[in-house]
Amino acid sequence: MIAQLPILQVIVPLVAAPLCLFIGRPKLVWLFTLVSSFMAFIISVVLLQQVMTNGTIIYSLGGWSAPIGIEYRIDYLNAYLSLIISATSSIILLAAHTSITAEIEESKLTLFYVLFLICLAGMLGIVASGDVFNVFVFLEISALASYSLIALGSDRRALTAALRYLLVGTVGATFILIGIGLMYITTGTLNMHDLSLQLVNVADSRTLVTAFSFFTVGVCLKLALFPLHWWLPNAYSFAPSVVGALLAATATKVAIYILLRFIFTIFGVEFSFSILPLQYILVALGLAGIFVASITAIYQQDVKQLFAYSSVAQVAYMMLALGLNNTSGLVATLLHLFNHALMKGALFLALAGVMYRVGSVQLEHFSGLGQRMPWTMAAIVIGGLSLVGLPLTVGFISKWYLLRATLENGWWPMAVLILIGSLLSIVYVWRIVEAAYFTPSVESSSNIKEAPLSILLPTWLLVLANLYFGTDTNFTVTISNLTAQYLLGASP
Amino acid sequence: MCFLLLTAFAITRAHDLLATVMLLSIYSLLCASFFVVMDAVDVAFTEAAVGAVVSTLLLLSTLSLTGRFEKPQREKPLFGLIIVLTTGALLIYGTLQMPPFGSAAAPIHQHVGSYYINQSYAETGIVNLVTSVLASYRGYDTFGELVVIFTAGVGVLALLSSQKSYPIAPIDKTILPAPMKQHHILRVVSKMLIPLILLFALYVQFHGHTGPGGGFQAGVIFASAIVLYTMIFGLQAALDVISVAWLKLFSAFGVLIYSSVGLLSLLSGENFLDYSVLAQAPIEAQHLGTLAVEMGIGITVASTIMLIFFSFSGQMHSIGEAQ
Amino acid sequence: MNIWDSFNYWVVMILMMNGLYILISQGNFIKKIIGLTVFQTAVFIFFISMAKITGATAPILKQATEQGSTLYSNPLPHVLILTAIVVSISTMALALALVIRIKQAYGTIEEEEIQHKDQP
Repeated sequence: MIAQLPILQVIVPLVAAPLCLFIGRPKLVWLFTLVSSFMAFIISVVLLQQVMTNGTIIYSLGGWSAPIGIEYRIDYLNAYLSLIISATSSIILLAAHTSITAEIEESKLTLFYVLFLICLAGMLGIVASGDVFNVFVFLEISALASYSLIALGSDRRALTAALRYLLVGTVGATFILIGIGLMYITTGTLNMHDLSLQLVNVADSRTLVTAFSFFTVGVCLKLALFPLHWWLPNAYSFAPSVVGALLAATATKVAIYILLRFIFTIFGVEFSFSILPLQYILVALGLAGIFVASITAIYQQDVKQLFAYSSVAQVAYMMLALGLNNTSGLVATLLHLFNHALMKGALFLALAGVMYRVGSVQLEHFSGLGQRMPWTMAAIVIGGLSLVGLPLTVGFISKWYLLRATLENGWWPMAVLILIGSLLSIVYVWRIVEAAYFTPSVESSSNIKEAPLSILLPTWLLVLANLYFGTDTNFTVTISNLTAQYLLGASP
Repeated sequence: MCFLLLTAFAITRAHDLLATVMLLSIYSLLCASFFVVMDAVDVAFTEAAVGAVVSTLLLLSTLSLTGRFEKPQREKPLFGLIIVLTTGALLIYGTLQMPPFGSAAAPIHQHVGSYYINQSYAETGIVNLVTSVLASYRGYDTFGELVVIFTAGVGVLALLSSQKSYPIAPIDKTILPAPMKQHHILRVVSKMLIPLILLFALYVQFHGHTGPGGGFQAGVIFASAIVLYTMIFGLQAALDVISVAWLKLFSAFGVLIYSSVGLLSLLSGENFLDYSVLAQAPIEAQHLGTLAVEMGIGITVASTIMLIFFSFSGQMHSIGEAQ
Repeated sequence: MNIWDSFNYWVVMILMMNGLYILISQGNFIKKIIGLTVFQTAVFIFFISMAKITGATAPILKQATEQGSTLYSNPLPHVLILTAIVVSISTMALALALVIRIKQAYGTIEEEEIQHKDQP
């Protein structure tokens, strides 16, 4: 059975999704969803263990070995990512039932869980696959599911946000498809490993440069890298709370994964960073993104929007670290993938709790919540501090590596800029703290209680993980280092 | 090719959305014929069924809900033009070193492509190469594709079923005139056509091995027969035959057929979607596997398209009553 | 190299850009979706064009015995595009469903008017 794990990880949620329709009772469906997500999580843990002991796992689907068929190729990067995705989704699902029952109609609950599972399976499928076209298909699976999930939000602006996301996402996917087509036309293969071998022979072809550009632009649209980010804040903030949490914690990570995979495994570092000025583009856009998004976040009235903009800024940090093009930078990106999932998962879940009790996440409604919902607010504060990058939280670890990476390149002015960026995040986190603790509560909010345990527990699970991985960095740093070395070493 | 260009430009210019939809339908048909010229018969079949029939149908039913004219444009958006021109320039730049069109020596035809052409008959015994690649070599992609349709069906249902409270049951059917009751010719002709279309769908379903066709196309054709029935005799009559709840289960069922084929091979210790466990002789096993998989596709596609169409026209009903 | 070698691709590029232009510049959501479809379909043509070999025939084997004597077009892009067409119609269905809901919620499907209505 061990040999079948790579596929089971994707198939379990994927098969569970249609089965949900046969169950009927929403509560049972939720349990079923939870169980299958946890199964995926356990599988991904075992997979990571396997990869660490035995190296890359290759799994040929349908028994046809690649490049004739499709293969799954699990290495450090995949295993790490699928661990992040399945872990966050499982924790979020714990809170899902309470939160979602309050936010959408009863008749749609089953459909919601079906879509949630499909979305999860799609993301796991993207991460596991070793075939570029298969990545496209699963990208569309998870994308379609997430469009519908966003549109389930109760505000009517959720609809326009979803449609805008759909249009942008589809253009992005089509750009990726063009990129795949151009790659295919120069090499005649769709398998990633095979592509990386073939592309060496045609490295100076203009077609390839075009393919790479299209691919990168397509992924950056999905990734919400700074100038292409306008669709993201609305999509995250008007979606049902748990969906916001899932997408904020995982969706951009998957896009970053695709980018990493293409830059390092398929095209190779040499091509990516020497033929194209990708390094400078990433660094420039990253810096611009950090500043613009952080400043916009400061002016938001809706806390979900605030954190959504901060997500854009955090993605920009990751891209900046990637653009530094040294090992520490890569480690910083990988670390931040994990850490950011923890912080944003915790923050958005805490907001789900606020949404459940208060019915709104406008900043003005936060006044006095420090007393009314002490645990939820404490979670938000710790998550916020983590965003800022205070010691003892995970945010500090990633910032630390990022700074080290910039100094390694000798770019100390940039290090200063990054620190200023962190100051900006202090400002927006402070605004929430101020509202929650230092403004007197309004009369109407007197009957607001602490969030229900079913939401609070998963939130705190993530918060504690935040603190734990902020102090004991052994696990994350080891994995990130191994992955970075693998990526840099494996590329031709 | 030039026709394609002309139609595309006309789409850009037209302000009447109905005309645009018609032009899009023509565009799809032209594409389909172009695909035939390019030897892609299966794709042409699908494009004709999907682009020219299903998408036009969906667009039209949306238009009937949203109104047919768009607001006139304010000014020429220069920004869009710049983006488009840059992208276009980049593409043209890319084509300059592309292998010339139609040359057999291009790398694309050397590596994996030639393997399928030379080996696939011996390995799968399926004459239609597209089917063998689709259902066997890249069966997992097709599974993904099936899930995409399923997702779309579930998504549309989740979006449009909110006004489920609209009163279907209490309406007296004799008062509500079935649409097109007065068009006797249409009614008679369609009554004759529908069984034929259904038969043709089944033919396409099982003929995918030897000629163009397969589960997807068959599903679309099957669904279009039901859609025709709905248009002529009204949504209520169609819902009497198949209800939405059943369709939902059917579309899930199709996905499950596909995945159970995969799980069967898992249980017997082979890799996912490895058909060799289904029978003793490898070629027979491939046949069986492909057949089962195509069944799954057909069922899901047909029921999902009906589901989507019913949801759309259900909206029309509820709006019609509101007015 | 002969200009006509790439003519086919160029037409495809123009089609693609046309679709993309509609998508970016039009304010009506249905028009945008149509633009998207034109764009995607152009990409399909691109894939199918690259599968073509001059003088070849459709990849349906004539006779098992005749194998090798006839030239077939590459079946793989056909398969990819079959999948992509399905994906595109699914996306379109979902998008149209969203448009219907938007019309119900806002009473319009013009992007500018919706932005206007969302301003408090």
